[in-house]
Amino acid sequence: MSFVEYGDTIKNGDTAIVFLGHESMFPVKVQHGTVTQTKYGVIRHSTDLIGKKYGSKVTCSKGGWVFILHPTPELWTMNLPHRTQILYSTDISIITMMLELKPGSIVCESGTGSGSLSHALIRTVAPTGHLYTVEFHQQRAEKAREEFREHGVEHLVTVTNQDVCKNGFGVSNIADAVFLDIPSPWEAVGHAKSALKAEGGRICSFSPCIEQVQRTCLAMEEHGFTEINTLEILLRVYNVRTISLQIPDLGKASEDNSSIGFDSSNPSNQGSPCTNLQQGTVQFKSGVPLREMVGHTGYLTFATKSLF
Amino acid sequence: MEAGTRPGLHICEGDCAVLKRDDVFKAVPVLRRRKIIFEKQWFYLDNAIGHIYGTTFEVTSGGNLQPKQEMEETTPETKEAGTDNRNIVDDGKSQKLTHDDIKALKDKGIKGQEIVQQLIENSTTFRDKTEFAQDKYIKKKKKKYEAVITIVRPSTRILSTMYYAREPGKINHLRYDTLAQMLTLGNIHAGNKMIVMETCAGLVLGAVMERMGGYGSIIQMYPGGGPVRAATSCFGFPKPFFNNLHEFPLSKVDSLLSGTFSTETLPSEPEDNALVEEESNGSIDEKQASIQETEEESTETAMESNQTEEQETMDINAEDIGFKENQGKENKENVREKQRKQQERRKKLIETAALLREKNADGLIVASKFHPTPLLLSLLEFVAPSRPFVVYCQYKEPLLECYTKLRERGGVINLKLSETWLRSYQVLPDRSHPKLTMSGGGGYLLSGITVVLDKSKCDSSNLEALKMEEPSSKKRKSAS
Repeated sequence: MSFVEYGDTIKNGDTAIVFLGHESMFPVKVQHGTVTQTKYGVIRHSTDLIGKKYGSKVTCSKGGWVFILHPTPELWTMNLPHRTQILYSTDISIITMMLELKPGSIVCESGTGSGSLSHALIRTVAPTGHLYTVEFHQQRAEKAREEFREHGVEHLVTVTNQDVCKNGFGVSNIADAVFLDIPSPWEAVGHAKSALKAEGGRICSFSPCIEQVQRTCLAMEEHGFTEINTLEILLRVYNVRTISLQIPDLGKASEDNSSIGFDSSNPSNQGSPCTNLQQGTVQFKSGVPLREMVGHTGYLTFATKSLF
Repeated sequence: MEAGTRPGLHICEGDCAVLKRDDVFKAVPVLRRRKIIFEKQWFYLDNAIGHIYGTTFEVTSGGNLQPKQEMEETTPETKEAGTDNRNIVDDGKSQKLTHDDIKALKDKGIKGQEIVQQLIENSTTFRDKTEFAQDKYIKKKKKKYEAVITIVRPSTRILSTMYYAREPGKINHLRYDTLAQMLTLGNIHAGNKMIVMETCAGLVLGAVMERMGGYGSIIQMYPGGGPVRAATSCFGFPKPFFNNLHEFPLSKVDSLLSGTFSTETLPSEPEDNALVEEESNGSIDEKQASIQETEEESTETAMESNQTEEQETMDINAEDIGFKENQGKENKENVREKQRKQQERRKKLIETAALLREKNADGLIVASKFHPTPLLLSLLEFVAPSRPFVVYCQYKEPLLECYTKLRERGGVINLKLSETWLRSYQVLPDRSHPKLTMSGGGGYLLSGITVVLDKSKCDSSNLEALKMEEPSSKKRKSAS
């Protein structure tokens, strides 16, 4: 397995995802002789994991069971240890498409942070592309290098420990795309421009605050970027639920037994097939929004470097 | 290809290029002496050939393209501006130049920049406007009179934006950010073995192909006689990308799953072509859909078949892009050719059936006008465990049903029904705000991950289903 190539069976050294149930999962490093504790009991790597097919159900010592999943950048994003605030798949998706990334692309990124976006970028540019990622925090840079190694992708990424605003990305005129997620992106726009290929490329800057966006857009314009465009993307999730609504009792007309008004036995009132006459309720399936949703992550500003 | 040039860097004859003016896109074949109409301008692309993609051109009076010269922005001499619009009356008389005056200027060959300058000088209210209003006025006039066209290389970003703006009906109103989510949620990457079922003119297929970079393989499931790949040809993929692109008719899926698959009755093929060429007004696409036309669909097509060229997303006839099919020789060799092609088709079909039978696909993408439930329930059989799948539907309700049926079937986890909300911003000093209009809806996605399917149903799948749901009482009190 690796994050850029699917494998069928779990091997020693793999990073696998243990799925316990709705929105409950965590990553494990598969190792001979190790055990992993879960609320359903113990998982013994040597007997329960190694050699099993990804997607298998594994019964734990207390009798409950879990699923073992092949890692993907998306699952990693949901389960990685946070060293910083991370980007989630919703933003990552639009970034990937708007930067026109694909196998063979060369991408520059700063800051590396917890490596959430990094893993997704590496997956997209593999097997012939490369990610140059810059992180000014020494421990985070080292941790990122370690993770890329463990996940079998170190040949696709170069982590540089420096300040992108002062020293750039460490490469020039080779990138198809540059991504900035730093406090003062306007200070790195010039470096981004020189990292990008001479004939052009795409840039994206992610900032939580509109003031940062304003400064960055100005800097982009001053450096000759075109097609400057700012947007935001939010995810709305729906829970699928069967809802039962009671039919109100509007009383009875004096002689007639049937109530005037809502007649639940009338086929035209049956929007979906589940009208329960006995209990006076109507059932239907609904996509119910969550009580709370993410309202803001950051503004995404895209632009093009072109010759003209 | 000249030595020392990266393939795809220069505009070449036979390419599919995308013309861009501000936010308007149009895909066209790059052919000499072919008149192009775009944004009320007529021109030939001949002069563009050889330039680098991303170059901006102006249209000369002769209908030729000329690279835009880098010019100094002439700032208006008068920095005079007002403070607000309390005294500005919109009587339609503030511009002293008439339609004819402006036409005369254009005919004289005066450059757009100069026309804008003239309009400013002849506007009685210009100097009373606030600086912001002046800025807005100049931008507006520039947009109208300084017509510059950029020729860009097609990509998923460009084509999905173009289709959503011009012909959303052709792609089931799949908004480009929704497509972006599908590609990521589906973990589309080089080396995958993907199953794709779409009726989005081949746009989704193209997007998947772009993200796979020619590595791995794709099996495209298709309804009717053959897959529509009009948009796919726009991407300009090199020929080798198509070596591992297979197709398989939906009408054979049931027999494949039940083990009774045979090549005796092949789906009827229009004009011997496995790939349907789209005629320039997209009528083939509509013919394909004719069997399953719904009322709603015909309203869509009525809007789309507006014949004015501005409505056309593409002037593409698939042949133009060098995507050659048999040109139909009118002799008895034709009969032999037909037989040979039939044989080849049969052979390919058997090969593709074998690929599907392995039941080890790395993912499934569905984006079609059909009800998603039957598609998912059958196509998921071909997907390996622990692999993502994503279904797009223009409407939410069919996905509710799909979700329910998938829970009953089992073998899937992490089911999520979602949509994305997209908003654009105007960012200017002291004038930053969301833009005036935004898309009302871009469709819905149902995604999940496959797991080993427990064939012994009874309690285990029920328990599984319960475990997969969040307890509804904790998160949401039901109305009572």
